[in-house]
Amino acid sequence: MNKSELIKEYRKQFPLLDEELAYLDNAATTQKPSSVLDAVRRYYEKDNANPFRGVYDLSERATESYENARKKTAAFINAAAPEEIIFVRNASEALNLLAYSWCEDNLAEGDEVVVSVMEHHSDFLPWKYMAEKKGAKLVKFEPDENGTVTDAVLDSCLSEKTKIVALTQVSNVLGRVNDIKHIAEKVHLAGALISVDGAQSVPHMKVDVQDLDCDFLSFSGHKMFGPMGIGVLYGKMEHLEKMRPFMYGGEMIATVHWDRVTYAEVPHKFEAGTVNVGGAVGLAAAIDFINEVGWDIIETQEEILTARAMAGIKNIDKVRIIGSQNEADHKGIVTFCVEDVHPHDVADILGRAEVCVRAGHHCAQPLMDFLGVKSTCRASFAFYNTEEEVDRFLTELSKVRGLLGYGF
Amino acid sequence: MDFKTFYNEVVTDHNMHPLHKHPIDNPDIEMEGVNPSCGDEITVQLKVQDGIISDGSFIGDGCAISQASADIMIDMVIGKPVEEARHLADLFLRMIKGEASPEEIEELGEAGALSDISHMPARVKCAVLGWHTVDEMIKGMK
Repeated sequence: MNKSELIKEYRKQFPLLDEELAYLDNAATTQKPSSVLDAVRRYYEKDNANPFRGVYDLSERATESYENARKKTAAFINAAAPEEIIFVRNASEALNLLAYSWCEDNLAEGDEVVVSVMEHHSDFLPWKYMAEKKGAKLVKFEPDENGTVTDAVLDSCLSEKTKIVALTQVSNVLGRVNDIKHIAEKVHLAGALISVDGAQSVPHMKVDVQDLDCDFLSFSGHKMFGPMGIGVLYGKMEHLEKMRPFMYGGEMIATVHWDRVTYAEVPHKFEAGTVNVGGAVGLAAAIDFINEVGWDIIETQEEILTARAMAGIKNIDKVRIIGSQNEADHKGIVTFCVEDVHPHDVADILGRAEVCVRAGHHCAQPLMDFLGVKSTCRASFAFYNTEEEVDRFLTELSKVRGLLGYGF
Repeated sequence: MDFKTFYNEVVTDHNMHPLHKHPIDNPDIEMEGVNPSCGDEITVQLKVQDGIISDGSFIGDGCAISQASADIMIDMVIGKPVEEARHLADLFLRMIKGEASPEEIEELGEAGALSDISHMPARVKCAVLGWHTVDEMIKGMK
């Protein structure tokens, strides 16, 4: 089979996808292949018990399912050890855990936290809250209008007061890939740590945390063919060991007495309460699926779709692409505005033709302010999307202004 | 739902050529309304004399539905006693919830062109933005 036949075969493994629906909102969440759905179902049918607690065989199987998922996830991003993987609900929870826990003991009055203006609200608000709470300064870090992080701007933001830098690897609006390896090197030279939001990168490219040398990486399972409700905070063990718990409760302790408490080892210290084994099993199946398809197919197809969409949009009068005009700068994400037409109307009109795109501020209002727009539309691709879907999207997009009464 | 009944001429006309989308001099009250799902903000301004809305306007940005709805709303409440404006707002909000009778929708005149939004949960917040804001303003006057 050639690549395009292979992709068609893989697409058939997604029960929700059919000929009618052009699902182009993959940066919000992806659809799930049968292997993921089956894995979750199989876990609950065959292996479900409360992990860690029981000594009977079934509970041990549940524990094993969960810890195998941790090992698989660690291998997927090349973490040095499975214990560096903390399971959470999603990237938002990962970033909250990190900001609350790390800042509490590492941030003091006068310190600085550097946050880029293109961060998702979940990589902005926790840092803002903790910086204010600790009397630290939140330093705004602005890329150029294409989303490119320049050394000059980076240098001007870093100082001996910088304690941590929060930066996304791929902007959920601009689609630009940041050179995290290079940036991490500079951040470390300045004596600070770097937290990377991988929500839009981990599903679409090989991410190797040891190669990048990032201190923390957060991502969500549901954006990479996994179930909702499972996500990951990766951290270097040397940092995680020193961090305090985020949530307190069952299964995160070693011993508890009225007057003295010892916490469990990393990662269990950060996983209070009964964990989401079904979700972790689903995430592991999603990783198997991605490994089976392979980055070559995923990245090549997403590049083809992105290039086709961008070339098509450029041919439609009064539709403008936000960010870089060069398709090589867009990691499967194309954000655009239709002149005179509000993005909600655009998405509504496309939605009536069963073309699903996102409209709004994409949980990145500071970036909207920076770009000087109120809101935008976004088409975002997964490898299972087809060129026919892109063409349908372009056909419907070209009708929008006319349907709202504007001349062309 | 049929596309034409939704983005109908009433809606597209009021969106493209709003009658009341401009600031007014010395408004007696003004209030900002926000749609948190899209970040759209509008500010409604009213002049009220002896319990009657003598003038009104709105400014801001938003989708065709929110802009048309706000424009129709201002057009309807100018010259009306505040109590009647409140009554219309109540009718409109009930129409959007799908609770208004055909007679009540008739009473809403042009605003009745938005009745189909009751079948579109994602757009309800757009349609009610202006009406909800004016309802809050009148409540605050008491």
